[in-house]
Amino acid sequence: MRKGLKTINKYFSIFSKGVIKENPVFFTLLGMCPTLALTSSAENSVGLGIATMFVLTCSNIVISLLKNLIPSQVRLPCYIVIISGFVTFVGLMLKAFLPDLYDQLGIFLSLIAVNCVILSRAEVFASKNGVLASAFDGLGMGLGFTLALFIMGTIREILGTGTWFNIALPELSEPMTIFIYPAGGFFTLGFVIAAVNKFMKRRPHNISCDNCPHKGMCRRGEEE
Amino acid sequence: MDLARNLIIILITCVLTENLVLSQFLGVCPFLGVSKKTSSSLGMGLMITFVMVCATMLTYPIYNFILMPLNIEFMNTISFILIIALFVQLTEMILKKHLPPLYKSLGIYLPLMVTNCAILAVTILNVSGDFNFGEALFNAFCSGIGFLLVMLIFSGVRARMERCDVPVSLRGMPITLIAAGIVSISFLGFGGIVEGIFGG
Repeated sequence: MRKGLKTINKYFSIFSKGVIKENPVFFTLLGMCPTLALTSSAENSVGLGIATMFVLTCSNIVISLLKNLIPSQVRLPCYIVIISGFVTFVGLMLKAFLPDLYDQLGIFLSLIAVNCVILSRAEVFASKNGVLASAFDGLGMGLGFTLALFIMGTIREILGTGTWFNIALPELSEPMTIFIYPAGGFFTLGFVIAAVNKFMKRRPHNISCDNCPHKGMCRRGEEE
Repeated sequence: MDLARNLIIILITCVLTENLVLSQFLGVCPFLGVSKKTSSSLGMGLMITFVMVCATMLTYPIYNFILMPLNIEFMNTISFILIIALFVQLTEMILKKHLPPLYKSLGIYLPLMVTNCAILAVTILNVSGDFNFGEALFNAFCSGIGFLLVMLIFSGVRARMERCDVPVSLRGMPITLIAAGIVSISFLGFGGIVEGIFGG
């Protein structure tokens, strides 16, 4: 009984660390491109977040199953093939069942395949841990990513168009169109990260190399 | 005349109005990560341009002569990404063996190219738009130049920012993002320039 509780605790902590403590967008600053590009409305951002979460969880499971079979020299191409397989799957499913969302996500659906969050979890976590732990890690990180996108999308949609999930809100002020422009994406993410730093009392940081999928090959971090 | 006009439109669109980084949010990670020094921005920008053109050279024929006839266009993501990974690996090996000085200055950015979303996006956009082969190559080249230009501008902005006294919570990434937003606003000013030149 006690042991069972301990196991549950362990998996819960793996799951929960991705949501807040190690949130991929706010703390490890990975996956910036989709975070900025698709968050002009809350609906799109949640759609992309869930698609990414699905791919992340599945690829984590498969990679942790295959971790002893993949030679370490060619692991990156192997991971990419596994990930883009799932991306193709998600793309076809969305095209069949949610064609509107498919059109809205456009090229960024294919680009899930090169999302640094997914590759970084494959390299940092799934290739070293068991199947169940990797699945929970994928779910947690995916949820954290979705949450971050949702926050960004909410702020930008409410300020930029005065709606939320396409529902008109009582008008507080003239919608500030700048927030749905690209520039608004940079501003919003900048201020959200600043607010997170302030409230979580974290040290200011730059992009660190710890979570980068290229850490093993790239020597840029060592130079500086 | 028509050709020249098309090429000019592609050039202006890629570099100014639809800039890869500032209006399409592709390649934001290297844009924020490598733009600290002018020399590294230049290296990264040149390498991206090179890989983009070569990747388009490889993927465009493969899409049109293999994927299209077999009706498996949905395989484009998976096949393009493999081709890019293979090409990058090969280039790295060749550079390392035959041109060590070049490898030392530019080759270190090569591994980052495999998972660069800008490169995959440009190859996919090139085959899904109605470009012919030449236009696709030129589009890839211009997209790379657009990236290089923004990297250089932004490395200058960041060098200035180093000397500013920034509030504690905004230090590091937040202020960099806000500066990127301001640079992005300045590029908004180019909107409509293509229609302006050619009268719609």
